[in-house]
Amino acid sequence: MVLIMGIFDKIKSGLTKTREQLSARTMDVISLFSKVDEALFEELEEVLIMSDVGFETSGEIIERLRQKAREERIQDGEALKKALQSIIADIMGADEDFAVGTPTVILVIGVNGVGKTTSIGKLAGYFKSQGKKVVLAAADTFRAAAIDQLEIWADRTGADIIKQQEGSDPASVVYDAVSAAKARRADVLICDTAGRLHNKKNLMDELAKINKIIDREFPQAQKEVLLVLDATTGQNALSQAKSFKEAADITGIVLTKLDGTAKGGIVIAIKQEQDIPVRFVGVGEKADDLQPFSPEDYVRALFE
Amino acid sequence: MAFDSLTEKLQSAFKKLRGKGKITEADIREGMREIKLALLEADVNFKVVKDFVAKVTERAVGAEVLESLTPGQQIVKIVHEELTALMGGSNAKINISPKPPTVIMMTGLQGAGKTTTAAKLGGLMKKQGKRPLLVACDVYRPAAALQLEVVGGKLGVPVFKIADSKSPVDISVAAIAHAQKNGNDLVIIDTAGRLHIDEALMAELIAIKSSVPVTETLLVVDAMTGQDAVSVAKSFNEQLALDGVILTKLDGDARGGAALSVRAVTEKPIKFIGTGEKLEDLEPFHPERMARRILGMGDMLTLIEKAEQTFDMKKAEELESKLRKQQFDLNDFLEQFEQMKNLGPLENVLGMLPGVNKKALAGAQLDEKKMGRVGAIIKSMTPKERRNPDIINSSRKRRIAAGSGTQVQDVNALLKQFEQMKVMFKQFGNMKKGGKGKMRFPFA
Repeated sequence: MVLIMGIFDKIKSGLTKTREQLSARTMDVISLFSKVDEALFEELEEVLIMSDVGFETSGEIIERLRQKAREERIQDGEALKKALQSIIADIMGADEDFAVGTPTVILVIGVNGVGKTTSIGKLAGYFKSQGKKVVLAAADTFRAAAIDQLEIWADRTGADIIKQQEGSDPASVVYDAVSAAKARRADVLICDTAGRLHNKKNLMDELAKINKIIDREFPQAQKEVLLVLDATTGQNALSQAKSFKEAADITGIVLTKLDGTAKGGIVIAIKQEQDIPVRFVGVGEKADDLQPFSPEDYVRALFE
Repeated sequence: MAFDSLTEKLQSAFKKLRGKGKITEADIREGMREIKLALLEADVNFKVVKDFVAKVTERAVGAEVLESLTPGQQIVKIVHEELTALMGGSNAKINISPKPPTVIMMTGLQGAGKTTTAAKLGGLMKKQGKRPLLVACDVYRPAAALQLEVVGGKLGVPVFKIADSKSPVDISVAAIAHAQKNGNDLVIIDTAGRLHIDEALMAELIAIKSSVPVTETLLVVDAMTGQDAVSVAKSFNEQLALDGVILTKLDGDARGGAALSVRAVTEKPIKFIGTGEKLEDLEPFHPERMARRILGMGDMLTLIEKAEQTFDMKKAEELESKLRKQQFDLNDFLEQFEQMKNLGPLENVLGMLPGVNKKALAGAQLDEKKMGRVGAIIKSMTPKERRNPDIINSSRKRRIAAGSGTQVQDVNALLKQFEQMKVMFKQFGNMKKGGKGKMRFPFA
């Protein structure tokens, strides 16, 4: 319980700004209108859209809220807020542990600049703190100094790193890393990949190839494919999730940069439309600023 | 549905309007609703959308439109004009300080693309005859300075850093002195990514600005940014008094609604756009073109400019006359393919055409491979065969296939395609007689 509260506080503090922004607006809305009427629903829909939930999903959520308000004869703003929270929590799913067995391979993918390498550094620290042996694969062989960046994280967290020269074939780095992970009996292998825009077919093909190599060379391992999403991203994240899913079956999302003013509401739309759960949230720059995602806490923190 | 681009949305909205001779006020409202939804899906900030729609409605619901002969076109024109106006009149350039060096400071959130853009800008300025110096002031992200050194090295632009300094202010001051001593007339300071609400890090940028004579403070914004673009841009502008914006990752499929939002809240021009991973992929921002692209008019201007640079006009005229006389042969076919290759990746070219959506482009890259094969097949033919494909019998086909490393089926497919193209050109030729305008570039 103490641990859970600790995590909750962390997300909450990371989401402070989010909460202030979103809730301040929600509160304004609710205090402005004493009774539940059409204008209030419209204002709430606006709040969701402004949080990047997207027009369509916001519309659906408000429609459900309307129905609920009718059925349960909700009269005041406070009760309506609770109802809205429970609808969003329902979409995001129940709290679920992200448990990794031994061995586990985690392939980390995403567009440029979302924070893949940083998240991997933090993930390495997270698993290290659980006493696991972690190997990192430096398969971003494209961006200048990406390998060096990952190496610094490996040093910081005490993880092993498998690398080749900049510009080498990323699939071959992953191949080497799988062999090394097996030989060293690592618990977790985390593969970094180059940021790529999801509409570049050749780069997505390259990703599919890397994915295939993991399946072929390490079938005994639990496989997780984490898509890293920047919380500031808008509706394009839906397109990202869809395209990346085609190249490698995504098992979860890492939502980064939640410590800004962005709300990351697009994850609600992604969960709703594509049923991909959020696994971790990044709430700061420090190594321990990556936390397992709890849908309950996320929604609570958003509206508290 | 959410994947629909703004272009597609607006196209469908205006199709409804185009269908009628005269439009009612209700039609305009319906069209505006579509525009509102489309802009929201493109991530334009909610408040910006509201203002925009109100403005356009005000202009549209009036005699101006209702008395017009083609009301649909009139509305497209108004929306286009307003979008262009919102994104900032004409194309803006980097201000050059009368007292060198000109100092450019790159700022933005983490992952917006500052380091890459700083290097691209350095490369561009070098091409324009400047002697740029890149300065590594990101002292936080591991290996950031190294990244700048690598990309700077590729472009032949020197990079200044102080390995053991953790003070961006000290580094900047030393860099200016270094530039003055070494004759660098342009200094580009790459700073660490930071959140606009991080007071300590924002104070650091203010400190750099007060320690060195910054000519241009640029905000680098990811084109995929959502509603938050407004608060980020507003905050950076209030604290740093921005001079302009660079929009990155426009080679993705995001519609870049952030461009509208950022411009609306800062009233600062977007000066450049990042359009690819290569270090020369930085282009001046053209609001008018962006607006056209958003409206589904395609980026025809860019395409035409590119085409003019690439196509040999004389050859084009020759081709035109050949087409008119229907003497188009496989040599011309090959030439067309070669010229199209010079235009750049097929998906980029097609993306600039109006009415072409990204879904239709999904297979375009495959076609590029096919295009290479087309070249090989035609080049394996004798000159006689190229002029007169009718003589290509099955033994010739086998020879051509062997020569080009393809199959007889591929040769057949190509010949069939060529025949189809001829038929199509024949139709174009007839159209021209009908006076429907001159066809100069047969892209098809």
